[in-house]
Amino acid sequence: MTADGPDVLDVPPPAAAPRRRTARGERGRERYPAVLMTLAALGVLVIVAPLAGLVARAPWGSLVELLSAPGNRQALWLSVFCSVTTAVVCVLLGVPLAWVVQRTRLPGRRVLHALTTLPVVLPPIVGGVALLLAFGREGLLGGFLEDTFGIRLAFTTPGVILAQTFVSLPFLVLAISGALQSRDRHLEEAARTMGAGPWRVFWRVTLPLIRPSLIAGAVLAWARALGEFGATITFAGNFPGRTQTMPLAVYMALETDPDAAVALSLVLVAVSLAVLIGMRRRWTGAL
Amino acid sequence: MTLSAHVVVDRGTFTLDASLRAESGDTVAVIGPNGAGKTTLLRALAGLLPLTGGHLVLGGHTLDRPGTGEFVRPEERPVGVVFQDLRLFPHLTALDNVAFALRCRGRKRKDARAAATAWLARLGLADKARSRPRHLSGGQAQRVALARALAPSPRLLLLDEPLSALDTSLRADVRHDLAGALAAFDGVRLIITHDPTEALTLADHLVILENGRVIQTGTPMEITARPRSEYVARFVGANLLRGHADGDHITLTGGLRLATAHPTSGDAYALIRPQAVSLHLDPPHGSPRNVWQGRIRDLSLTGHTARVTVEAKPSIVAEITPAAIGELGLSPGTPVWMSVKATDITTYPA
Repeated sequence: MTADGPDVLDVPPPAAAPRRRTARGERGRERYPAVLMTLAALGVLVIVAPLAGLVARAPWGSLVELLSAPGNRQALWLSVFCSVTTAVVCVLLGVPLAWVVQRTRLPGRRVLHALTTLPVVLPPIVGGVALLLAFGREGLLGGFLEDTFGIRLAFTTPGVILAQTFVSLPFLVLAISGALQSRDRHLEEAARTMGAGPWRVFWRVTLPLIRPSLIAGAVLAWARALGEFGATITFAGNFPGRTQTMPLAVYMALETDPDAAVALSLVLVAVSLAVLIGMRRRWTGAL
Repeated sequence: MTLSAHVVVDRGTFTLDASLRAESGDTVAVIGPNGAGKTTLLRALAGLLPLTGGHLVLGGHTLDRPGTGEFVRPEERPVGVVFQDLRLFPHLTALDNVAFALRCRGRKRKDARAAATAWLARLGLADKARSRPRHLSGGQAQRVALARALAPSPRLLLLDEPLSALDTSLRADVRHDLAGALAAFDGVRLIITHDPTEALTLADHLVILENGRVIQTGTPMEITARPRSEYVARFVGANLLRGHADGDHITLTGGLRLATAHPTSGDAYALIRPQAVSLHLDPPHGSPRNVWQGRIRDLSLTGHTARVTVEAKPSIVAEITPAAIGELGLSPGTPVWMSVKATDITTYPA
């Protein structure tokens, strides 16, 4: 119900009047449970205090200089490149995966779903070890890939992307899977009765309808990739310019150059915050 | 072009087993209570639900025959569907919704858009071509859905409760438009409905489905004249009583004996139009021989008449003028006498 003139007449006055009063006049008299308020305040403190610390200790004067130092610039660039590539790879692999789980009757698709979401709860370090055992030189597939195609993944930039994809993919699969599940198949069925084959149904109907979830899922996957540390350092190592992403650079700089660590951290915080805010706009403006 | 179908769909707890036959130009209305299998039938004809038995042949082409393993996928059937909830694509404009159907059938983009524009214009929606479905009124959305189903020139058009999503006030108009659009379509039309007006005005053949079985078929006139189940009787707005006839009398299941001017014998139905039932506060005297007593259960006004449900043996619906309600002082619980002339009781073998 909108609030413009004519529509207001439709609202029965007795129902509209008291609601307005609770929203404005009586607010001061409302009581909130002290326990909830205290715990909520503590929650805010846990999140805000570290951020405040970062901002307070930030070397504002030398920020630009620190960030443009060659090593840091490399880490920044590598992080951006790897996380964006990871997000794209996640979309390319995750959407079909979620589709198979939700739209086919293949046996074992439930198990598949459980498996793809496993990395969410798995410690990233364990993921890194597992990746080494699969794609390392001595691993299940690593030797074969290197001998046959000359592809080396462990301790390379593609390895960073693989590690990040491993931990980020579940976020996208969960987002798409949820969107497909909540959308009934009525429109897809309608498309079929109009002569659309399975691919056209997916491309012209399913995909446009889940677009908001696709964007949200891709952003989540990207954010997870940007912050990835454990699996990356285990599987891809910590080589500046090749596999040393921002989080790894922050960790290294803590020992040698705390100011640079704070500066890099600030950039990560700023970027994450910007994306979160942008996404909220996106969602409120979505279909 | 003939539709010949024996649709058998076994869904465990429910089995649909219905035969249908229709020619090009026929409009068949499938009527039945909720859960009768109407939607299952529509889905089977569209190919969204495979048959488990029987066959489905349209214009000489087998679309589904489990016995031989033949099955034509829904996207390859010359069938257009207007769903009850319309199912317009929310992300496409009215024009693109219609063009989508044409593109699917292999038309080039430009060609498809031109044809879609023509279809929308034909249904009076030229100015709504660029609107998204959520900006269309119920009646407009309904016409877009119809254009979308008709544009690729299907051989079989399926309409699922085509007017149920509309306000009652709009239905008469849209029904008129629908009748016009259907008249121009030369394939087989099949309408699923539970609205008597829709069925009786749009269709030339009725199929009554109950519990997954066809219990009666015929022209609207045949069905109205001789309904063969309580559901159909209610559908056409008549009282249907069951009993045993011996010549010009019928003894109802409840024991009441009625005189009829249509002699028959054996198990029989007695059909009484609500308008033929007279209500009295005192036992009536004079010509009517069929008189029994009961109490009013319910009163409702429909248009210029009042329908009165009387709890009795047998219970019956009477149609009287709203003025008569006031004159007789009728309200739920009022004891009344009912009388029906023998000439107003139609009997026919069950």
